[in-house]
Order: sequence, then structure tokens, then C-alpha cells
Amino acid sequence: MSVTRFRFPYVEMPEVASQLRGEVREFLAEERANGGFVPMADCWASGMSAEFSRKLGQRGWLGMTWDKQYGGHGRTFLERYVVTEEMLAAGAPVMAHWIADRQSGPQIIKNAQPHVRDHIIPRIVAGECFCAIGMSEPNTGSDLASVATKAEKVDGGWKVNGTKLWSTGAHGGDYMITLLRTSPVDTNARHEGLSQFIIDLKSPGVNVRGIADIGGQVHFNETQFEDVFVPDDYVLGEVGGGWKMVVGELALERSGPERFLSSFIVFQEAMKVLVNNPTDKTREVLGQVVAKIKTLRRMSLGIAGLLQEGASPEMEAALVKDMSTNFERELLEKIRSVLPQHALVSLDSLTANLLREGILRVPSSTLRGGTNEVLKGMIARQLGMR
Amino acid sequence: MTETDNIIFDTASRIFEDLSTPEVVNAAEEGEWPQALWQAIEESGLTLTWIPEANGGVGASMLDGFAVIKAAGGAALPIPLAETLMAGWLLAKGGLEVGTEPMTVAILDPETSGLSWDGTALSGTALSVPHARNAKRLVTVVDTGNKSQVLEFALTQSENTQLSISSHVNLAGEPWDTVTFDKAVPTRFADLEDGTDASSAEALGALVRCVQSAGAMSAALELTIQYSMERVQFGRPIAKFQALQHSVAAFAGQVAAINAAADSAAEAVAFGDVIDHAAWIEVATAKTRLEEAVNTGAAVAHQVHGAMGFTYEHRLHHLTRRLWSWRDEYGSDAVWSIRLGEEVLQWGAEGLWPSITAVSDPR
Repeated sequence: MSVTRFRFPYVEMPEVASQLRGEVREFLAEERANGGFVPMADCWASGMSAEFSRKLGQRGWLGMTWDKQYGGHGRTFLERYVVTEEMLAAGAPVMAHWIADRQSGPQIIKNAQPHVRDHIIPRIVAGECFCAIGMSEPNTGSDLASVATKAEKVDGGWKVNGTKLWSTGAHGGDYMITLLRTSPVDTNARHEGLSQFIIDLKSPGVNVRGIADIGGQVHFNETQFEDVFVPDDYVLGEVGGGWKMVVGELALERSGPERFLSSFIVFQEAMKVLVNNPTDKTREVLGQVVAKIKTLRRMSLGIAGLLQEGASPEMEAALVKDMSTNFERELLEKIRSVLPQHALVSLDSLTANLLREGILRVPSSTLRGGTNEVLKGMIARQLGMR
Repeated sequence: MTETDNIIFDTASRIFEDLSTPEVVNAAEEGEWPQALWQAIEESGLTLTWIPEANGGVGASMLDGFAVIKAAGGAALPIPLAETLMAGWLLAKGGLEVGTEPMTVAILDPETSGLSWDGTALSGTALSVPHARNAKRLVTVVDTGNKSQVLEFALTQSENTQLSISSHVNLAGEPWDTVTFDKAVPTRFADLEDGTDASSAEALGALVRCVQSAGAMSAALELTIQYSMERVQFGRPIAKFQALQHSVAAFAGQVAAINAAADSAAEAVAFGDVIDHAAWIEVATAKTRLEEAVNTGAAVAHQVHGAMGFTYEHRLHHLTRRLWSWRDEYGSDAVWSIRLGEEVLQWGAEGLWPSITAVSDPR
């Protein structure tokens, strides 16, 4: 029964995490009350506020799990989990720092040259330096090994040419962790010859062009590199070792609470309307969605617990991301199905606006960080079917 | 489940696999009481898992018992082991001594069963009482005024003529009987002190069905993966087809989800050895969540097994028919989702998120 034994252990928050939750809630309530932010759907991928990120940095809520000797706060994964889930549930504008805090920072600490690490990490922790992901390209989506943007060796560094696409946050970012081809494709070993670079987005030859999504909002970008020089010490890890790094990074990307809480704020606001004239259909829908959220949270938290123990629950992370992102859509549709007509069509209510925002953002949830089709393939492989 | 519970689960699964063969399960459906199976389980001490030593039990943790129940679900065990555990737990709550014979639990709906209890005799009709014809004792909980009591009845005709059993079966062919009480006098009864009441008995039943289902879902997934790798069509195992891989991956997600939900509820009940409000919410969550898990799981299992899995001869139906039946027992998802939804309305917009996170707060 080992292959179908999924691990989602019970995780009880330590007292310190519980206290922290109280502090975060208080901070968020205050910020919202005094206009520090207006809650938004999909806030981690659409709510860019450098000012808000700096406030989190000042409170010690960025780089929480990173070692103190590098400028981090040396706290547990569970404490970080508390902060991130509270931010998401409140719809706070956390996009500016999200990528740096979630994956670029850990990658830099693990693989960058010490002086580069020391130059970047403390600024991320302070909420003053932001990162973007440079994986996808015009001809590279799910098939990541097909990246064609290349880095050629030149004196003292590398010359980069090509285009990265869907680079979320590149327009407000300082650095892009970029996956580049450093030697020609070997069709027998497609995952080789790839390397990761830290590219300063203010370098000459970098051109970031915003791309509007279906709601007309610019959250992702096309980033062109034209003879961009990257110094040798800005290579991450070994030249040629990019693939393994990217896979590890994706595991961090996949298991967090942002996968099932992106639309939660819509639900939360809708509750203000739903409590007024509840029907049994409303009750049934509320019961169903809460049962799902609680179950997904249990699974997601279980994974955080496993990460804290040093395990790498890839199968569980893929299962949770697949189900969570489908749930994001389902949640919006279920809530929509019980909201009264006036709440759906009024043009000035927060509930209606959030619902619209959510609906317009939700197609990306089952695409970003690995499409659900790719995830299902990974799951099937882990089950022994491939 | 903890590591210890995983070991208990594995050990129990092995014992059940040896004893609860497809032939034994089929014979039970034909009406043959699997005496050898029951005796082996009884002798192993498993029936006393939830009983404190003071009441004649072995004093294991509740989670150990849930691990056994999950294994029983995976083996489609055709005996009232889960019901005996439940009945014993309720009797022990009343401070009563518990023996090792097979027992069952009856739920009398206060609105539809004609329930009346005057402190001496019980009247009313209980539907879908598992194994009433095979069990030696029946346990039920009644609420009267401001207190709740646990009642035990002997099920042998000579002992109790005011109680009649008519034979019925559930969707899985399990003996789910109707029991009619006509001023029936319990052999023993006792007050329940820790807040356990009739709704606790029902919630415990709902949780037990979720835990059994989690085991049955895992077993059905296992069978499905195995079959997909053995069955060759178009020159390769059907497991190699992407369409099928994606269906099975979705099935695996549902197996993971119902196991997580059932574990969470079992832990909440085990924590205080009582179904308090916090535990009740976890049970409502699991029973509500069961619907989608079973719908998807049973559908994919049958689709992958093709016509072979649709035959009586194949053992897949021992699992899928139980899953279809268990999702309705002790309150279907329709009943539980409305209850949970009412709870969510009470939380309101402000209380929504704090109530969701409460489960992981320090206990």
C-alpha cells in the first residue's frame, strides 16, 4: 500500500506561531482600516505595493525561515505559513516581495556566491529588493527544458540573448532568476546544458514590456535580453546545473497556501451578503466549500510540516496543487451561484468587484507553476503508471 | 495517522486480507455469518481497542482504533467490528463493563422514528441497524430533558420479546436491519456525563463511515493502478495512456483528500475522547467531503476496470458498493453540508477565517 499512502501529518501550531497569528491579524485589520490597502483577489499575483512589502520587512515577516547569519530571521516554516496564509486570507497586496520571499531568496542563499548573497538577501528581508521568475519563453511553457534564451561565455561573464515570457512581477522587480541555455541542446539529454543566472533587471539591454491580462491588468511581462552582460559571479550554482535547481524551486512554488486561498477574500466578502437571507441551498454550498477549504488546508499544512522535518513530499505537493487550483475556480462559481441578483449586478459593491476580479484572474491558477495536466502526469509517474 | 497508527494499519490490513477473502465477503452477502473471521478478530483483542481497562478493555488510544477501522474498510470486512467498537465506546462512557461479543448501534431519529423513552422502556423504529440479526447486543443513546443516557438491549429473542428485527440489506448487500422497539426494556442503561448525546452517537457513526471509506478508497485505487498496469490493449498496458493517467491522478487526489479529512476528524475526536463542538465540525467536514471523493473514486475505478470490474466475480464491487452506501449512512453529505453551512452562517464574515484556522491552534 506504499504507493497510495499519502502523508499529510497533523500539524499543531506552536504557541509562538499562534501568537504571531494574532499580531498579523491586528496589523492587517489596522492597515485595512486606515486605507493601507483595499483587499483584492489573487493578491499574491496582482497586488503590487512596494510600500506594503517594506512594512512587512520592518516587522520581520520576510525571509522568515532564512538563517540569521545571512540576514534572515531563523524562524520555522510554520511561522512563515501563518504569515502567508493570513496575508492571503485578507487579500493584502503582497505581490512585490512574493517571488523573492518564496523561492528566489532560498535559491540565492543556497547557490549564490557569498558576496552576491550578502548583497541581495538583506535587502529582500527588508522588503526593498524584489525578484521575478525567468522560466517560460515564447516557445517554452510546460516543456521547460526547451528554453532557447542563451548565455554565451565572454570575458569576465556571460552575454545573454533571447526573450522570457510571463515573467510575473518583472516590471517592479530588481532581479530575475533566469534559466538559460549555456550549451547547445543534446537531444539525448535535454535537461543538461541549462544554467540559472541572477540578472539585474536594470542592466543595459534588458527591456521589460508589460502584458495586459484578460482583465486589462498588467501583472506579467515579456522580458527581452539583447547582449545583456552578466558577470561570472552572478551565475547561480554550477554552470549546467540549472535543471535540478529549477525542479527544487518548483516544489517550493507548488505547495503553499496561495494555491487554494487566492479567492478566499471573495468568499469572505460575500459572507456579509449571504448571512442576510440564508436558504438551505446557501447552507449546502457554504458547507461544501468550507469542507473543501478545511481539507485542503489540512493537506497544505501537512506538507509544511513535512518540509520542516526536511522531507520532500513531491507527490503530495503535486496532488495538492492540482486539487487546490481547481478548487479556486469552483469556489468562485459556488459563491456566485448563491449570491442574490443585486449583489451580482451592482457596480459599486466590494463583493461584486471582488467576484469579477476573481473570475478574471482564475484562469491563470491552473496554469502557473506547472499546468494541471503536467501535474497529473507527475502524479501518474509517482503512482508507477509511467 | 501517526507512525504507530501506520504500523497498526499495516498489521490489521494483513490480518484482514488473510481472513476476509472475496469468498468470505460473498458468502456473508449470501447470509452466512463469518464465525471463523469474527472469532479470530475477537481473539486478537481488536474489538476492545476503545475500551478503557477499567471497563474490561485494552485501553489503546482512539487513533489506534481508527487505524483498525480504516484497515477494515479497505478489506470490506463483513462483520460489525466498527459497530462493536462504537457500541463499546458508548457503553464505557456510561461506565458500563464491555464484553467481546458482536454489538451494533441503533440511531433513533427523534422526529421520524416514533421514539419514546420513559426511563424504563423504549419504543420506536430504528432503520439501517448494521448486523442487528448477527449482533448479540444493541446500543443506543437517548436524550431526555437535560440528560442523555446510553441503553443496551439483548438481541436474542428469548431475552427480549418487545424487540423485533426485520431483515434488510444496504446497497452493498450488508445486513442493515430494521429494529422495532415496543416498550422494550434495556438490559442495562446509564447516564452519560461528558456531553455525549444522541447526536454524538450519530456523529461517531458518520466519522466511522468516513474512516472506513478512506480505507476502501485507498484499496480501490490500489486495485485500479494494478489493473491498469496488467491490462494490455493496443499493444501496451492501459496505464500508459495519458487520458487514463489523468483520471487515476484525479482519483488519487480524492483518496488523499478523504484520508486527510477523515484523519483530521478522528484526531479531533481522539484528542478529548469526546465529540465536542470542535470535533463535530471536523466530522461534518469529513462527511461532507466524502461525496465528491466517492463519486470520483468509484467512477474512475470502474471505468479503468472496464467490463471486468462490472462483474460480480471481480472483488472491486466489495469496495465500490460499500462506498456508495456508506456516504449515505449516519447522515448523507446533503444532511451534513447543510448542518455545516448553518455553522458557517453563525461564524459570519468576521468569524469565517478564524474558525477555519482554529483546528491547528494549540490544543
